[in-house]
Amino acid sequence: MERVAIIGVSQTKYMQNNPLTFAELVYEVTTKALEDAGITVKEIDNVVSVSSDFWDGRTISSMAISDASGAFGKDITTVEGDGTFGALYGLMRTLSGSFNTTLVVAHHKGTESNMRGITNTAFDPLVERKLGLDAISSAALQARRYMTKYGLKEEQFALVSVKNHGNAKRNPLALFPMEITVEDVMNSRKIADPLKLLDCSPVTDGAAAIILATEHAAKKLVPPQKCVWVKGVGHCADAFRLGDRDLADTRALAAAAKRAYSMAGIQDPGREIDLAEVYDAFSYMEPLWLEGLGICPEGMACEHLERGRFDFTGQLPVNPSGGRLSSHPVQVAGLAEIAECALQLRGEAGDRQVEGAKTALAHGVNGMCGQAHCVWILGK
Amino acid sequence: MGKRVGIIGVGQTHHASQRLDASGVELIAEAVTRALDDAEITIKDIDAVVIGNMDHFENINYVDMWAVDGLGAVIKPVFKVTTGGTTGTTIAACAFYTVASGLFDVVLAVGWEKNSESDTQAAIATCANPVLERDFFAGAIGPLATEYSMYMKAYGATEEDAAIVAARERNNALNNPYAHVRQAVTVEDVLKSPMLSYPIKFLDMCPRSDGACAVIFAVEEKAKKLCPRPAWIHASVVRHDYTHFGDLEWTFMPTLERASAEAYKLAGITNPLKEFDVAELYLPASTCGVKWMDSLWFCDHGEAPKLIRKGVFNMDGELPVNPSGGVICTNPIGATGLIRVGEAAWQIMGKAGPRQVENVRKALATGFGGCSWSDVMILGADLP
Repeated sequence: MERVAIIGVSQTKYMQNNPLTFAELVYEVTTKALEDAGITVKEIDNVVSVSSDFWDGRTISSMAISDASGAFGKDITTVEGDGTFGALYGLMRTLSGSFNTTLVVAHHKGTESNMRGITNTAFDPLVERKLGLDAISSAALQARRYMTKYGLKEEQFALVSVKNHGNAKRNPLALFPMEITVEDVMNSRKIADPLKLLDCSPVTDGAAAIILATEHAAKKLVPPQKCVWVKGVGHCADAFRLGDRDLADTRALAAAAKRAYSMAGIQDPGREIDLAEVYDAFSYMEPLWLEGLGICPEGMACEHLERGRFDFTGQLPVNPSGGRLSSHPVQVAGLAEIAECALQLRGEAGDRQVEGAKTALAHGVNGMCGQAHCVWILGK
Repeated sequence: MGKRVGIIGVGQTHHASQRLDASGVELIAEAVTRALDDAEITIKDIDAVVIGNMDHFENINYVDMWAVDGLGAVIKPVFKVTTGGTTGTTIAACAFYTVASGLFDVVLAVGWEKNSESDTQAAIATCANPVLERDFFAGAIGPLATEYSMYMKAYGATEEDAAIVAARERNNALNNPYAHVRQAVTVEDVLKSPMLSYPIKFLDMCPRSDGACAVIFAVEEKAKKLCPRPAWIHASVVRHDYTHFGDLEWTFMPTLERASAEAYKLAGITNPLKEFDVAELYLPASTCGVKWMDSLWFCDHGEAPKLIRKGVFNMDGELPVNPSGGVICTNPIGATGLIRVGEAAWQIMGKAGPRQVENVRKALATGFGGCSWSDVMILGADLP
């Protein structure tokens, strides 16, 4: 793969009931990403937006943000799904030889929407939808299966929530920075057994943007310290019906990670990656995905977590931003992770800076219970 | 830099107003299987998949996830793109860039829609701004009626000019076994059909269909190995306009002018009317088959009716437009743009059956959607 750089990133403050329209959120992050790169909208060749007609409550939701993303007169397209997939398409367009620079922008105003209704429509309309399955109830099934397969305990998952809400205290953009204990998580309201309120991420409003550039354009447009390089990327989908999957099996993630690692020349991810932003929509997901990513052996991630390996001060800080447990703007989530990793690699992550970060991993999910995954390796 | 890309296989369902015999996933599987057969490869040869449709038609969230069985995408890379009416050409462009990027060699592009399960107009209506425009200027027909009214006023074009286009396309569809509406009609039939929204009448307007289309894109080395006559992608260009309908220019189609001008430049086309051998254009109403000919640089503004009356765009004319019968005969919305690309590719590959135009070297395909957006793709028999 030829070299592509991330030359600018931005995020909004994450909040609930943001009074701005989603077009205004897109305008904010587009403007800020351009400022971050120190370029103007004229230098942007094309735009990839990430949005969902379901969450936006509007058909062709990308139509509402073409002005706001500076896409007038430009080539623009829309990916529906997690921001990592939008960024992936942006990377492909940048590599295709057709464009020198690509703006990828994602928005989410989930607090205006009906999360349970929207995620219920991700299930088969004839059978599974009628059972009332949605993002939370299906995640509960996955958490239970993961516990059963490896003899894990709810308290171990609670520790993820404690760690990530604690990390959020160092991130001024996060929605829910909190000093909590395992007991607080265990005592929080039961949502869908075994998940309690503090095991679940809050649906959040926000937007994020990144600017990708070919090596040639990056060198021309920005100083070298602004450049974060894409080292590898991989994506892969598993079967659709929950009953066709072992929900504690992470084969699709392993396949996506394998591709990303092989492009990036990573042989031992647990040692070579300095920090990871992993899709933790629910507490149990972080250890499950860390196993799929090959960062620890199957069934062992909770033990590593308990030993502090993934703490902010641990060997491999996971979700130093506070993760999705602290702010979860659904379509934006993975793009925000990429933006966070870029800031870390530039050494501009403020209080949440991981010292000496040279290689970072961002991970996004599409579909229910992590049916599809997109893994990014970024480097200095 | 980018890799050269060719189309090596095309498949589509038999389209209908209601395909009660197949679910959405089964429609997708039908198109995918036919595309694999057309390319004489198997699903194992596919490295990555892209899919698209419009969410609010079938109310299925994460269509890329729901469709994996039909796509053959279990434990394969897949994601979804969607841009409204242009979704089909957006999918084609995505597959093109996926291959051109060098990340994947053989990519399956799939568009589908089961519009019989939808309230199509209600879903489309929600694309307009909810405060400013949704109540009085929404749905598919209103904006098209407005633009042709203004074109008629500006240049003296007539309802009959559009009816000639409608009759031409509908009669072309008689040669297309996949077409949804296959009915011989005369210009008089079109003019006498019920008024939908002045000046657009029932036989001027596209239907909404159930159907799917799959197109396989391959990197140069693979395409040469797998296909005796790939359809090479010479250009893919998209141009969007403002967010609000009220901001648009209506007497010509600025996005189509900009997109086609850029695509012609990339493909080295200087006289499109002469250099293209066939065109498969996303014309959602026959009226667009008049007005938009100007915006594709086939003639000066207002001159399209003359070319149409001379039969320039007929099957035996200088530039046959929509030998398939086009969008007014077949419209599974998320697939419609991809069908244009697939039909154009078949024309180059010599596989268009009874609707084949002789010796096609260069073909033009377009997509239309959103707030008067235009996608343009140019295909050729020779390497770009």
